[in-house]
Amino acid sequence: MTENRILDREECLPRADLAALQLERLRAVVERVAQVPFYRDAFALRGVSAKSLHGLDDVRRLPFTTKEDLRRHAPLGFLTVPRDKLARIHGSSGTTGRPTFVAYSPADLQLWANLCARFLVAGGLRPEHTAQVAFGYGLFTGGFGLHYGIERVGATVVPAASGNTRRQIELMQDLGSEVLICTPSYALTIAETARELGIDPRTLPLKFAHFGGEPWTEAMRAQIEAELDILAFNNYGLSEVIGPGVSGECAARAGMHLQEDHFLVECLDPDSLEPVPEGEPGELVVTALTKEAMPLLRYRTRDIARIWREPCACGRTTARMSRVTGRTDDMLIIRGVNVYPSQIEEALLRVEGTTPHYLIEVDRPDIRDELTIRVEVLPELMSDRMDQMQKLRERIGREVLTVTGIRAAVELAAPRTLERFAGKAKRVNDKRRLSD
Amino acid sequence: MKLPQLSVFLENRPGSLAEPLRLLADARINLVSISLADTEQFGILRLVLKDWQAAKNVLERDGWVVNVSDVVAVDVPDEPGGLVGMLDLLAAEGVNIEYMYAFCLRRNGRAVLIFRFEDPDAAIATLARVKLAVVADNELF
Ligand SMILES: [Zn+2]
Repeated sequence: MTENRILDREECLPRADLAALQLERLRAVVERVAQVPFYRDAFALRGVSAKSLHGLDDVRRLPFTTKEDLRRHAPLGFLTVPRDKLARIHGSSGTTGRPTFVAYSPADLQLWANLCARFLVAGGLRPEHTAQVAFGYGLFTGGFGLHYGIERVGATVVPAASGNTRRQIELMQDLGSEVLICTPSYALTIAETARELGIDPRTLPLKFAHFGGEPWTEAMRAQIEAELDILAFNNYGLSEVIGPGVSGECAARAGMHLQEDHFLVECLDPDSLEPVPEGEPGELVVTALTKEAMPLLRYRTRDIARIWREPCACGRTTARMSRVTGRTDDMLIIRGVNVYPSQIEEALLRVEGTTPHYLIEVDRPDIRDELTIRVEVLPELMSDRMDQMQKLRERIGREVLTVTGIRAAVELAAPRTLERFAGKAKRVNDKRRLSD
Repeated sequence: MKLPQLSVFLENRPGSLAEPLRLLADARINLVSISLADTEQFGILRLVLKDWQAAKNVLERDGWVVNVSDVVAVDVPDEPGGLVGMLDLLAAEGVNIEYMYAFCLRRNGRAVLIFRFEDPDAAIATLARVKLAVVADNELF
């Protein structure tokens, strides 16, 4: 077990003090977002204001914010600071080919680094460690978020970025990286590649890993820990809220501590939008209490998880959440990348005659997610020439790559096959076993 | 002259070749030529037959995707070098062949080949000019 260390006093506040802090911060953020037209109109419609919030339950009088709302007010319709006060912009895949953007002020970047530092420290990172970030650095929040969290802890960061597994292993060996930051499936790829190179993955200098960016299971944790001889920690976040840092595991590894001094998190029945009983699965709905540039109220994450508030052995008083066990929308996470079926549909629309008959298949035959698009061949797509048919496949694959960033296998299917497999409405067949 | 050729999309799975052929057999439609081009994932079944319109209807009624394209039947001497000589002629004339396959028919010491040219009409004109024998449909069916 990891030595128990806690970065900030706020992680251990008595629940009553935490609630008072949350309410004070909720009122402040409601005051600030009232300048955003979307919220100003919603507040007027509901007759709410910062002053009318008397308790934390009053959060339920506030409007929800959805991904669709972000898209409708693209690119940056939710800013509460002038554009020239922004320090950075990140993005995440939208339901169409365009990303939705999130903006950070300098203070937001400080906050974000600190939130990541908290769970990194909880999961064993110490100033004397070297941590290798094998997440993509880019619009995606994973790479930069963890990078600055590691620096905040005072540890050494190796910004290896994603890909080139052989080089990742060389870097670990040459620089003695004790901590690995990536998606859980990439950790298995590293172990597999090491074995191919004749290196026993357990002899790598790694001691800890912090995983996020995609759903995984306890079975995968056991496999990764055995193959790499490490302790693996789970963390959670999403770019619309801040990125990684919304919650993370402590040494007890019994749920992820929600950073409640900065986020007010509800767990709601996705249909009735009423709170579920404590400990029951529901949709996480998150209000960013302290973000400066783009705080969102009641952001509907579409992630299904459980939340409970029993005290933890580590001494933190914050609520804990389970792994994400599902989605209330049809978003897929493939190799750590968010993909919506509507994006695939958009890609197919660019190729004449391919819609509306297609099926998206996701599988994880060993450790790597595989995306297959099965497209029905309509008479106008049919050619007697093999080269034309192959070009059609390649073109579909190219369009899917352009829109989603994911390389997909494209299979041409006879019309009746997809009907038989999936019926008309079902577009996605996810064969991965990811919810335990 | 040009012959209509049916191309049928096949998935690569057991039985997928037999199914359209059984449909045609049940409809008592006779094939003159059959060729299969395939990849690891799908195949294209190419058929030349007299009642191509009836065959197309039968297949499409059952949900098969059918494409009609023009091919040209050419006969060459059924002897070593017979085909090569012809291909040399076509290459010299700049005629592009998309694909070709052999016909099941041999007659008078000659073999019949099916060609899918990029431009069938231009190819037929060229064949006539270089005195290569294009086989007419009434000779085949
Ligand atoms: Zn704990």
